[in-house]
Amino acid sequence: MSVDEKMDSGRRQLLLATSVAGGAAAAATAVPFVASLTPSERAKAAGAPVEADVSKLAPGEMMTVEWQGKPVWILRRTEEMLATLDKLDDQLADPASEKSVQPEYAKNKARSIKPEFLVTIGICTHLGCSPSQKFKIGAASGLGDEWPGGFLCPCHGSTFDLAARVYAGKPAPTNLDIPPHKYLADTKILIGEDGTA
Amino acid sequence: MTTKSQALLNWVDERFPLTSTWKAHLSEYYAPKNFNFWYFFGSLALLVLVIQIVTGIFLVMHYKPDASLNASGVPVAFAAVEYIMRDVPGGWLIRYMHSTGASAFFVVVYLHMFRGLLYGSYRKPRELIWLFGVGIFLALMAEAFMGYLLPWGQMSFWGAQVIVNLFSAIPVIGPDLALVIRGDFVVSDATLNRFFSFHVIAVPLVLIGLVLAHIVALHEVGSNNPDGVEIKKKKDANGVPLDGIPFHPYYTVKDIVGVVGFLIVFSAVMFFAPEGGGYFLEYNNFLPADPLVTPPHIAPVWYFTPFYSLLRAVTYPLFGLDAKFWGVIAMGAGVVIFAFLPWLDRSPVKSIRYKGPIFKTALVLFVIIFFVLGYLGVQPPDNGGIKDRTTQICSVLYFAFFLLMPWYSKLDKCKPEPERVTS
Repeated sequence: MSVDEKMDSGRRQLLLATSVAGGAAAAATAVPFVASLTPSERAKAAGAPVEADVSKLAPGEMMTVEWQGKPVWILRRTEEMLATLDKLDDQLADPASEKSVQPEYAKNKARSIKPEFLVTIGICTHLGCSPSQKFKIGAASGLGDEWPGGFLCPCHGSTFDLAARVYAGKPAPTNLDIPPHKYLADTKILIGEDGTA
Repeated sequence: MTTKSQALLNWVDERFPLTSTWKAHLSEYYAPKNFNFWYFFGSLALLVLVIQIVTGIFLVMHYKPDASLNASGVPVAFAAVEYIMRDVPGGWLIRYMHSTGASAFFVVVYLHMFRGLLYGSYRKPRELIWLFGVGIFLALMAEAFMGYLLPWGQMSFWGAQVIVNLFSAIPVIGPDLALVIRGDFVVSDATLNRFFSFHVIAVPLVLIGLVLAHIVALHEVGSNNPDGVEIKKKKDANGVPLDGIPFHPYYTVKDIVGVVGFLIVFSAVMFFAPEGGGYFLEYNNFLPADPLVTPPHIAPVWYFTPFYSLLRAVTYPLFGLDAKFWGVIAMGAGVVIFAFLPWLDRSPVKSIRYKGPIFKTALVLFVIIFFVLGYLGVQPPDNGGIKDRTTQICSVLYFAFFLLMPWYSKLDKCKPEPERVTS
């Protein structure tokens, strides 16, 4: 713009106002598009609780049920398995589960309602792989002579004890999550609902 | 040219810059006369892009992005790929072209980038060409990652699970961001469909746009060459660089030789080893996705493994943030740091031919480290053993190559650059 040409400030303001209005409209149009990326109502509704019958589960065995598209493990622990939990505190990242996700009633050493049954989401808190069972103890596990049994995440090597507590110095930051759950009967567990919420 | 066709051309030229565009970008675009082997890979990258787009168009005609189970209990998407492989006439070939093309894309792009490192092609005045190039590399990674989910095999599923969860490591917004990417609480049908949409529409459009910008910027400043000297400094009376030759026909013909050589190798892989020994197509991906079981060993496809190693190298929390977050930062930084090269290299010369022993050593080491990180990225972690330690040392050296460059490139004893290109 040349110097002698006087700027029409009225028109300039109109130009600015139009640009701002147009920009705001464009930004507002983005809202439904971004919203469409978030989980749909159907996806949100898919989280219904599931029932698991543990009557046929032998001591030392584990079963997997699907809840919200995720594997939920139910491990029936033997006395020997439970005994290992006492000796590990100094090797674990979060032995008392202070930073980890679990309902209040599972915030104990065995991380369960009944010590015998561990109910946990089998998804590593690092990057979401499903750890594998490493229940063999000692050298047979391939995890060293001292290995007391637990889980190993195949993706990045995080290890967990038999209460799904993560070992220190591993990539996973917290213990495996414990889902809300309750006993409908002695051998029937409802996962996804605990009657507290 | 006959008068009639000349008249037609004139008619078009008065309405569309056909002849002038042809001249500006081909017949009168002067490229340095001393291009060597390394200058094949730009045009080859363009060729692979075309292969991927054409084969992709035909694959979409038969593929269905659907994670629900069909009557035989197999996910529809997984079954669609098997259908293409077994029942669609020629489908197996088109699909192998596409899957081999994905690996070939990264091979030529890595070699193309290495050429840039060799001859200082990122240096002034070509910074924007380089930045567009880094953008292309990022878009290509996104394209490859999202395409890998589509066969809905075990590696597709768990690879996506891990990479999407990377985003959840970002403080504050991370978990919601991961949710928006997946469109569900787990990798599911919603994820498959949006990745399909991004893979076939959004990212290819971005890629094509960036490739255009890359070439337009290149043709604005002119190509670099193995001597790293500017041919535009010495021009003849007509303003044509003394060391320049028209791109067409000289380099179009040279590039045809490159294309023939490339297609021989490409066809050999496609026909005789399309799985690439489990590196181009991972064997676990021949199993349909199972959200309840992770395969015993998961590793990304080979072209991501150097960066995946950077991710795994970080095992200690820092400044109150998880190791996971810093791993993500290391991986992201490992890619993005290439963008800063034009400002990190302070050497008085561009080309490796005139650079001193320090830079030459650094570059050789960098290439070795890149391969070692790539190798370690496909290995299972060994819990703080020799492999994990090597990954950590190599990761530090990887970043040192870039971050120390302002010093060592300046210290280096370079040879004087010649006035004009050599032979």
